[in-house]
Amino acid sequence: MATVAAPAQPISPKGRSELKAQRVRAAMWFLLPMVTALFLVAAWPLLRTIYFSFTDTTLNDLGGGEWIGLQNYLSWRTLSSGRTIFRGVLADPNWWNAVWNTVYFAVVSVSLETVFGVIVALVLNAEFRGRGLVRAAVLIPWAIPTIVSAKMWGWMLNDQFGIINDLLLKLGLISEKIAWTASPDTAMLAIIIVDVWKTTPFVALLVLAALQMVPREIYEAARLDGVNPVKVFFRVTLPLIRPALLVAVIFRTLDALRMFDLVYVLTPNSSATKTMSVIARENLIDFNKFGYGSAQSTLLFLLIAGFVLLYIRLGRLNLGGRGL
Amino acid sequence: MHGKFLTAGVAACALLAVAGARAAEVNYAAGITGNAVQVFEELVAPWEEATGHDARLVPMPASTTDQFGQYRLWLAAQNKDIDLYQTDVIWAPQLAEHFVDLKEAAGDLVEKHFPSIIESQTVDGRLVALPLFTDAPALYYRKDLLEKHGAAVPTTWEELTETARKIQDAERAEGNGDIWGFVWQGNAYEGLTCNALEWIKSFGGGQIVEPDGTISVNNEAAIAALDLAASWPGTISPQGVLAYKEEEARGVWQTGNAVFMRNWPYAYGLGNGDDSAVKGKFDVTVLPRGGDSDTSAATLGGWNVAVSRYSDEQEAAISLAVYLASPEAQKRRALIASNLPTIIDLYDDPEIAKEQPIIPRWKDVFLQAVPRPSAPTKTAYNEVSSLFWSAVHDTLSGNGTAAENLEILEADLEALKGDGW
Repeated sequence: MATVAAPAQPISPKGRSELKAQRVRAAMWFLLPMVTALFLVAAWPLLRTIYFSFTDTTLNDLGGGEWIGLQNYLSWRTLSSGRTIFRGVLADPNWWNAVWNTVYFAVVSVSLETVFGVIVALVLNAEFRGRGLVRAAVLIPWAIPTIVSAKMWGWMLNDQFGIINDLLLKLGLISEKIAWTASPDTAMLAIIIVDVWKTTPFVALLVLAALQMVPREIYEAARLDGVNPVKVFFRVTLPLIRPALLVAVIFRTLDALRMFDLVYVLTPNSSATKTMSVIARENLIDFNKFGYGSAQSTLLFLLIAGFVLLYIRLGRLNLGGRGL
Repeated sequence: MHGKFLTAGVAACALLAVAGARAAEVNYAAGITGNAVQVFEELVAPWEEATGHDARLVPMPASTTDQFGQYRLWLAAQNKDIDLYQTDVIWAPQLAEHFVDLKEAAGDLVEKHFPSIIESQTVDGRLVALPLFTDAPALYYRKDLLEKHGAAVPTTWEELTETARKIQDAERAEGNGDIWGFVWQGNAYEGLTCNALEWIKSFGGGQIVEPDGTISVNNEAAIAALDLAASWPGTISPQGVLAYKEEEARGVWQTGNAVFMRNWPYAYGLGNGDDSAVKGKFDVTVLPRGGDSDTSAATLGGWNVAVSRYSDEQEAAISLAVYLASPEAQKRRALIASNLPTIIDLYDDPEIAKEQPIIPRWKDVFLQAVPRPSAPTKTAYNEVSSLFWSAVHDTLSGNGTAAENLEILEADLEALKGDGW
C-alpha cells in the first residue's frame, strides 16, 4: 500500500483523487485472489468450526446437528437430590488436564529450544573449517518430517530394542531399561526430548541470521576496551539479536500450543501427554462428538489468538521504546 | 521392422479394448500386521485372474483405533477412493450407515458362517460386512523353558504369575538377562480393553457392560483381577509393556525373550517362521482363569469386509467381498496366515488340520470367547472402551488403586449412559 500512497507529481486535487481512486481499485483487484484464497482456506473452516461448537453435530451426519447454544461449553442441571452437576468442556477434567499438558510442554520445550538454539548459533557463527558442512548437518532434524522423526524416536526409545536404553546401559548411567513412552513419569520427558531435538535447529537458524547482521566493529570496540566475553554477550549480542530471538520464540510457542503429531505417534492415549489438539481430535473423530470437539478446537483457537494479540501488543511497545 | 511394430501396436490396442470393457480397480483399506501385505496379494490373485479386475491394498496402521479414526473421516467425507474396508468386529453399529447391504449378494454363503458372527455384523436387518476371519487370543508358552524348569502349563493367572517369576529369575541367574516372564498388550488402546476384559471376565467379574446394558464393572472380582495385573509391570513383565501393542509383544516373544505371551493367532504362524528364534519351541493353550472362577475368557476379535456406499466400483467391490468371505478364500487364508476361519466346516478340513494343526484346536478357545460390549453400548462404544482402558492403564501404571479407578469408571459410564445407551 505504501507505493499507492506515494505519488510524487503535483497534480490538481481533482485529478489526484481520481488517480488515487483508480489505484485503490486496481489494488483491490490484485488483492482479491489472495483474500478469496484466505477466506476459503482459513476463515470458512474457522467459522464453520465455531458454528459447529454450538450444535450437537455428529461426524456421521454433518448437516444434521441442532443448535444447542452454549451446552458444549458449559451447562448444568440440578438433580432431584439437590446436587448440581456440570457438563461441557469447561467442566471437563480431561480438558483441563490437556490444557495443563499443553502449557507445560510449551513452556519447557520452548525454553530449552531457545537456550540450545542460541548456543548452537553462537558456535556456528564462529569461524572454523568445515563450517558450511556443520551448518547443513545441524539442519537435518528440522528437515525430517515430524511423523518420520517421531516414528524413528519411537523405536529408539523402545524399552527392549531401543538404542537409547542400550547406550545408557552400556555407559552405566542407568541400571535397568527405562520404558520411556510407557511410564507416565517419563512420557512427557520423552516428548520434550524429541521436540527439542527437532526444533532447536529452527531457533538456531533464525538466531544465526541475526548474529551475522551484528556489525563486527562493535565486538572490536568491546575487545579494545577489555570487556569480558560473558558481558559482551549479555550487553552487546543479546540486545542486538533480541528481535530475531523474539520472533523465533513466538513461532515456537504458537507451534507448541497446537502440538499434535509427536504425541499422536509416540504416546497417543496417555493422559500424561494428551494435548489440547489430541483431545479435540479424539472427540471429533473417535467419539463422534463433533460439536463437543469443535468447542474444544474453538477454545484452542481463542487461546492462540489471545497469545498472538499479546505478542503484537508487546511488539509495538518494544518498537515504541526504541523510538523507531 | 515396421510390420513388427504394427502387429505389436494392434495387439496392445486389442488388449486395452478388452481390459477397458470391464477391468475395474478396487481399493481395499486394511490394517497391516506381520506379513499381511503378501497374504493379501496371494489371496486376491485367483479373483483377479477370474474377473480381470485389479485389487489394490491400501495399507493402514496396525492399531485398530487409528484405522477407525481414518475410516470414519473418509466415510463422513463420502470418499470414493476406497471401495472396501476391512472392519473390526466391534465397528458395525458405528459405521453401518456408510456400508452397502451385502445380504443379497452373499446369498447361501451367509448360512455357512458362525451365526453369532453374522449377527454381530447385522445392523437393523442389514448385513453390513462379511466375515473374513475370527480372532480369539490364546496363551503362548515356551515348551522348552517350562520343561527345563519343571513347570506345568498354568491354568490360573495366579499360577502364571508364579511360574513366570520362577522361570524368569532362574533364567536371569543363568545369565539370560533379557528374559521376561509374560508379555501382553498394555498400551492405552483398544487392545488393552481386550486384555483387561479377559482378566475381569475370567475372574468372574462380568464383561464391563452386560448384554442388557447394565454397567457391571465395579465389583470385587474385577478389582481382584486388576490388582493382580497391576503387579505384573516391572516384575514379570517389562515396565514398557504399558506401551506395547501386539507387534511389540511379538517382538519380545519372537526374539526368545519371553516365557509367556498373550496374543492373537497370527503370531503362531510368524513364530514358527524360519527367522524366528522360538521356532518349534512353543505351544498355545487357552488363557488362564482367576480367583474362584472356573472358566477362562478370550476376547472375541475378528475382521470383516465392508463395501463403501460411496464406491464407484460397487459391483466389482461386492464381488471381491463375497470372494474373500467364501470357503476357498478363507481356506487359503487359514493355510497361509493361520487366521481362524468363520466358516464352521473348515474346522474339520483335513488339509487345514495337517498344515495348521493349531486351527482345529482353536475351537476350544473360540468356545470361551467373550464379546466386547459393542452391541449394548451402540454408538457410544468407543467412548466406553476409551474410559475403560484409561481406568485400567491408570491402575497398571500405579496412578490410583483398582478399587478407586473402577469406582470412578462406573460413575463416568453412568454419566455417559444417561437414560439409556
